[in-house]
Amino acid sequence: MTTSDKLIQMVIAVALFFGVMAVILLLTQRLRSRNGERVQAAAFVLPALLLILVGLLYPAVRTLIRSFYGAGPFEAPFVGLDNYTRLFTDPTQLQVLRNTLFWVILTPLLSTGIGLVYAILVDRSRFEKAAKALLFLPMAISMVGASIIWKFVYAYRSAEGLSSAQAAGGVDQIGLANQLLTMIGLDPYNFILDQPWNTFFLIVILVWIQAGFAMTILSASIKAIPDDIVEAARLDGVGGWKMFRHITIPSIRPSLIVVLTTITIATLKVFDIVQTATGGNFGTSVMAYEFYTQNFVSGNQGLATAIAVVIFVLVVPIVIYNVRSMRKLEAR
Amino acid sequence: MTAAVENPVGTEPTPPEGGNGSKGGRPKSAASAFKESAGGRVGSAIALIVALVWTVPTFGLLVSSFRPEAEVKSNGWWNFFQDPQFTLDNYRTALDSSAGAGTLMDNLINSVVITVPAVLIPISLATLAAYAFAWMDFKGRDTLFVAVFALQIVPIQVTLVPLLQLYRDMPFGLVPLSGNGAPAGGLYALWLSHTIFAMPLAIFLLHNFMREIPGELIESARVDGAGHVQIFTRMMLPLMAPAIAAFGIFQFLWVWNDLLVAKVFSSPQVQPLTVALQLLVGQRGEDWYLLASGAFISLVIPLVVFFSLQRYFVRGLLAGSVKG
Repeated sequence: MTTSDKLIQMVIAVALFFGVMAVILLLTQRLRSRNGERVQAAAFVLPALLLILVGLLYPAVRTLIRSFYGAGPFEAPFVGLDNYTRLFTDPTQLQVLRNTLFWVILTPLLSTGIGLVYAILVDRSRFEKAAKALLFLPMAISMVGASIIWKFVYAYRSAEGLSSAQAAGGVDQIGLANQLLTMIGLDPYNFILDQPWNTFFLIVILVWIQAGFAMTILSASIKAIPDDIVEAARLDGVGGWKMFRHITIPSIRPSLIVVLTTITIATLKVFDIVQTATGGNFGTSVMAYEFYTQNFVSGNQGLATAIAVVIFVLVVPIVIYNVRSMRKLEAR
Repeated sequence: MTAAVENPVGTEPTPPEGGNGSKGGRPKSAASAFKESAGGRVGSAIALIVALVWTVPTFGLLVSSFRPEAEVKSNGWWNFFQDPQFTLDNYRTALDSSAGAGTLMDNLINSVVITVPAVLIPISLATLAAYAFAWMDFKGRDTLFVAVFALQIVPIQVTLVPLLQLYRDMPFGLVPLSGNGAPAGGLYALWLSHTIFAMPLAIFLLHNFMREIPGELIESARVDGAGHVQIFTRMMLPLMAPAIAAFGIFQFLWVWNDLLVAKVFSSPQVQPLTVALQLLVGQRGEDWYLLASGAFISLVIPLVVFFSLQRYFVRGLLAGSVKG
């Protein structure tokens, strides 16, 4: 396809769907009777519902069924719970689970912690707007882009393979992290390769992306704390750490929960960072990544769908908690 | 979270000037009271460090994208300030280089071609549905709406495998949307998938914004003889413009930055930038002059959109538009 072909197709697709919308509006314009309005409502809702039914609900059920069958794409035998057993017994899969656990615990805590502290520190300062924009910036960057940015920070050069003259003069590091390490007299470190800490350095990338989200929500929440509560506490001699502990934190508790759970859900599904930074090698694979490789590289649809189902099962309680906290937040 | 929506980033409320008998000056917020005792200097230092960690990595890659290849390969980007050498060659090379099928320039066009309909189509379908859920009476409305909202929790991983199969073997003799000979080189599979995954959140978000419009307004229009179609096109769409913008930015960033959906559904000839860059990292992981400029080619458009429409983005964020 040439560029102009693609652009024409793009215009056709947009026109097609806006056409559907226009036709629905035109056809139902004259319907005023009670029954007419029912038809109208159905016409408004049906395209969206149809997509959800065929594109979300039906595949989800198919995935659940598929997870009880074996590997191959054709004529896979029924294997019962074997795929699930393998997920929780196979050493490789156990490592994947352990990594996922690290991600899910560390990412929400670190991003929320950094976002909260930063929101407080820049609150009502002269540079508030600019300072926030800085933390905000990574939210516009793709995880692929962010992974490239951080892989460059982590770039590692060892002295091996260089002539003795070069080695004697020290190796020029091109990655910022190793430059800082060598500046304070430490040996350069291979952040991406050395297990098990490499997983931690990949988590840093997601924290870097998510902290801006935490900061935005929490900052708005802090600003919504009524001034008279704070003033009353101050008159009672409450200050500093006590103020933070007994006034700020309880006041923003619902927002904190929403932020923590939202980031947890996002973390469970993280795929891009592992794919870009390590390709799942060096013991860094996580569940969302394993899902992809099992299905599209190893051709084991059974295991892949089982992983997807486990991700789903893990997400459900967190989402329910998240929604309930969000409701409480809105009710205030 | 409605109270918070009025406070997007940066537009801090003006504190009442000395009105409430405080000891002169602006009243202290909970945050500033904490800051005072945390020690102004320590606090500022922490804020500064965080700000640096959040910007220097991006800045380093940006600088590297303008340094000559030989320089990038032999020493760190910070040397640029002692020995500034500037070139645009990396960008030329990157746009002409290839990972997978076609050049990065082709991938850039693919990204645009994928993103524009994948943002506009869900907006058109979701505004219609959201209006019906918000202001039309029909049986089972609330149950259906809760069901749609609940489906937000389905992780896309759960849908990918059967969805791909569905695109390959379409029922009722429909044209396959994926594989060889698919219409528009398989682009429909991508557009449809992004639309499907956006639908629950889009309907939920737009519904909430639409419910904020006073019911009397709709009622009086109805009394004056306006049908739902007139109310939708003449009243709702103009009033919803900021909300649509808020959702639009989310969907734009989501689609433009997406890797998983693109890897699963796109044929090589329509691969977007994210896929090409990820392949490039795998194939030429040490060619930082190339990766740097490639990454920035993919970053420019979302950054421009993001900063020009940041206001709407924050509004959407505070209204709960976070895709799980």
